[in-house]
Amino acid sequence: MLLVLLIVPLFAAVALAFVGDRKFAPDINIAGSAATFIAGAGLALQVYEQGSMLAGGKFFFVDAFNIYLAVLTSFVSMTTAVFSRRYMRREREHGRVGRTRMRFYHAMYQLFIFAMLLCLLTNSIGILWIAMELATLSTVLLVSLYRTPTAIEAAWKYFILCGVGIAQALFGTVLLYFAAEKVLGEGGEALLWTNLNQVSGSLEPTVLSLAFVFLMVGYGTKVGLVPLHNWLPDAHSEGPTPISAVLSGLLLNIALYALVRCKVLVDGATGTHRAGNIMMGFGLLSILVAAFSLLRQKDIKRMFSYSSIEHMGIATFAFGLGGPVATFGGLLHVLVHSLAKSSIFFTAGHASQMHMTQEMDRIRGLFRGNSLVGWGLMLGVMAIVGMPPFGIFTSEFLILTATMKDAPYLTPVLLLGLAVTFAALFRRVQPMVSGDAPAYQKAIKAAHVPVILHMVLVLVLGLYMPDFLNKWFHTAVGLLK
Amino acid sequence: MDLNVAAQLNSFLAAFVLLTAFGMLVQRRMFGLVHLFMWQGLFLSINTAIVGFVAGKHHLYISSLLTLSLKVILLPYILHVLIRRLKVHKEVEVVENIPMTMLMGIALVIFSYYLMSPVSQLSTLVTRSTLAVALATVMIGLLMMITRKHAVTQIIGFLAMENGLFFAATSATYGMPLVVELGVALDILIAAFIFGIFFFHINTAFDSLDVDQMARLKEED
Repeated sequence: MLLVLLIVPLFAAVALAFVGDRKFAPDINIAGSAATFIAGAGLALQVYEQGSMLAGGKFFFVDAFNIYLAVLTSFVSMTTAVFSRRYMRREREHGRVGRTRMRFYHAMYQLFIFAMLLCLLTNSIGILWIAMELATLSTVLLVSLYRTPTAIEAAWKYFILCGVGIAQALFGTVLLYFAAEKVLGEGGEALLWTNLNQVSGSLEPTVLSLAFVFLMVGYGTKVGLVPLHNWLPDAHSEGPTPISAVLSGLLLNIALYALVRCKVLVDGATGTHRAGNIMMGFGLLSILVAAFSLLRQKDIKRMFSYSSIEHMGIATFAFGLGGPVATFGGLLHVLVHSLAKSSIFFTAGHASQMHMTQEMDRIRGLFRGNSLVGWGLMLGVMAIVGMPPFGIFTSEFLILTATMKDAPYLTPVLLLGLAVTFAALFRRVQPMVSGDAPAYQKAIKAAHVPVILHMVLVLVLGLYMPDFLNKWFHTAVGLLK
Repeated sequence: MDLNVAAQLNSFLAAFVLLTAFGMLVQRRMFGLVHLFMWQGLFLSINTAIVGFVAGKHHLYISSLLTLSLKVILLPYILHVLIRRLKVHKEVEVVENIPMTMLMGIALVIFSYYLMSPVSQLSTLVTRSTLAVALATVMIGLLMMITRKHAVTQIIGFLAMENGLFFAATSATYGMPLVVELGVALDILIAAFIFGIFFFHINTAFDSLDVDQMARLKEED
């Protein structure tokens, strides 16, 4: 089942490269993503019943932590594929993309999903690095898909800054291997998470602390943590909207996943809480800087990219804080943020299609123009700022409670960040949704299903936590001690 | 081979790797940069083969060959072709404040030695003394990417960083497991195609490869 999960998107990528820009190419894209999701759900069921397992000669492994992210990844990429069909059709009609670029777009979309799933499911920290780089490389040219000067600039920044960042992570990986090799012996076995976690107590603490600094800078760049975040708002706002949705909603999680695994390993080896503290620092800084940057945004997708930095900051902070409540909150936060943020990007993309611009000053009267887009955006923003009864309220509440208990002096800082975000987003969204529709607004056929599905899920998770998810998260919390 | 001789050869080649890194930092001509990059790859490749021989690690021969074919032959060739096609081979890049850049490079080398000293002390390998040089190569590549404004130069800086990482893996642990090294090589190859495409896009969109012109995406107040 695990291998099926990896092979399906890879196969779909090859198929789509051959099919090219036919009428049914988007349908193949959806079918491929749906098959991936089914495989992911099947694997999750297996893990749920039988616990963690190894596959492919120890090279792949699944436990409660990575399977939950794998299911989330395959789910959001499926709904995004559904959204992408309507959205990209419209972009084609406007002549923003041509035939060859559509072929490229579909093939790379699937390759990107494959790379993300490989990151999650591989047992080797070396392969994790390679897959992470592959995920970056497969999206670089998607960010510059429109070939406008700004899109090319954004993609170049993305390519260069993430390349530099991830190089630091490779150096960290080399140092980690250096320490592991002494205990586990030479060869690929010494890079496997499952082996490393068993012997974490006997790994050399000085080397591991140093390795963590490099890993933090490397994967932190990909998470978009301040001050390594410069590429993120550009890359997430200049590409096609479906790509923005998966970059913000999924790729950031994957990088955070790598960081959390490293943190657990390093803190296990040093017996201190230093790695966690570093993560908390980066997280808090990201929350604050992103919150104040939100105030001055004019571009709708750019604004929500900053919001992604803020939420990644919250999750990084939570995982850094550690402890059962904070980790549980962090896991839930990653889940609900992905769902809410991709849904916001869907509606924001449609809103900019209706007004032929991403400038917020020109987007008006969405409620009247298209009620799905208007309400989708409004409710999405209500969810993302953490208003009850949405799921983000629950996760932020848990994280705040844990902060008050373990690090009370940081609570005001966290609250300040949340309050500023709240004000900044509402100040901008209110005029966009209300009022009369301007004359230049055009009617579009919006993709209903993904938006409604995501919002319902975020709402449900806020009202009631299903038993299986609860148990699942508790197992994951146990793994991340 | 005597271990002592091997350690000295290793240090000798490390010195050359570092020298080429400094050379790249201030080289203004495109072809000059590519040639320096080629030399750096060659030193790395020879070094890897020697380490493989001394330590009796046969997978290092494969890494050495991989470096030779990728970093000494294929990538310089691709860069050569690109530079010719883009007609930038006559361009002389303005490098500001060379002495200052050099001094910063030296400071980075010292910093690398400081950072790596606890790690080198723990190591028992022949190559332990060169780990700091490897980190310095990475750092100087990074410095090059910051100080230079030409797209091709930035990419060469990126590839030089990659060289430093490869060197680090050889020095610290006699190379990463082969699967990982092959995967990294594959990633570099894909990256090479991407930056090749990019050069043309940038050239069409901005009429030059000067990345300083890319300043449209800024926070406005």
